[in-house]
Amino acid sequence: MRYRFEVLVTLKPGLADPQGKAVEASLPAIGFANVTDVHVGRHVGLDVEATSEPEARAQVEEIARRLLSNPVIEDFRVLEPAETDAGS
Amino acid sequence: MTIATPRVGVITFPGSLDDRDALRAVETMGGEGVDLWHADHDLRGVDAVVLPGGFSYGDYLRCGAIAGHAPILDEVRSFADRGGPVLGICNGFQILCEAGLLPGALIRNASLRFICVDVFLRVETSQTTITSELVPGEVVEIPVKHGEGQYVATTEQLRRIEDEGLVVFRYADARGEVTERANPNGSLDNIAGVRSTAGNVVGLMPHPEHAVDPDVGPTGGQPLIASLLGSALAGASA
Repeated sequence: MRYRFEVLVTLKPGLADPQGKAVEASLPAIGFANVTDVHVGRHVGLDVEATSEPEARAQVEEIARRLLSNPVIEDFRVLEPAETDAGS
Repeated sequence: MTIATPRVGVITFPGSLDDRDALRAVETMGGEGVDLWHADHDLRGVDAVVLPGGFSYGDYLRCGAIAGHAPILDEVRSFADRGGPVLGICNGFQILCEAGLLPGALIRNASLRFICVDVFLRVETSQTTITSELVPGEVVEIPVKHGEGQYVATTEQLRRIEDEGLVVFRYADARGEVTERANPNGSLDNIAGVRSTAGNVVGLMPHPEHAVDPDVGPTGGQPLIASLLGSALAGASA
């Protein structure tokens, strides 16, 4: 079975987030003076071939931990998967 | 009697830019530069290893993240464990952090701008393979050129780094005063470079290999490269 996973990687709270700051600073210019605490992270989508969802999820967790995120500066979250080839 | 020439390996990753300059700096300062390749499991018997600056793998994902898993990093890790001198410059520093050989991480400059400027660094310790010929408090002038050089660490890491004296260089003014104004990228505590607990692994954002030839700018890199060669020689004869 093939499972579609999405992983969100975000900067740890409290760490300087210059990208988030830059977005936040530009919002008043387009009419949103009421927005604060803007953060920018990374979204990674990946298809995993595995015999079961728990097996696939375990692999994605490992991938996220070892490569997609840096534990010093980032947290990650694996979103609920979807089967992508139900018909095959 | 012949005087041994220290052999310093410089690893080329896909996207390395400063490997040639690093080799040239080593040879300018009297060492022998040895080409190393990221995909080999072989350090060719060198006495010291340099991970040069550049944009390995396009710096996709995070700076240094993919290179941190390169085949040759296995050998770099064992070499470092045996006490061998390892120096990471700029992208090389990012790679050593990603590989877990140095504490902390490098993120986008606080200004969000790429910076290319000569900076002054205050030497914080002589107990490393690239500062053995310097004394704490001494100031060296060396260029930086990076977009992601803001040094960060977790609160616990930072406490350990400061308590154990793992900071090697801080951004300072010409007189050695560590000021906010002298901090080009927003690094925590003005940290420009750190070392491993044993002191044989060092990473820094500034580029000593670009600062050895008086014809092209400041020469603050000379004592760093000279120290590295001295450490390499000491290891080779040990």
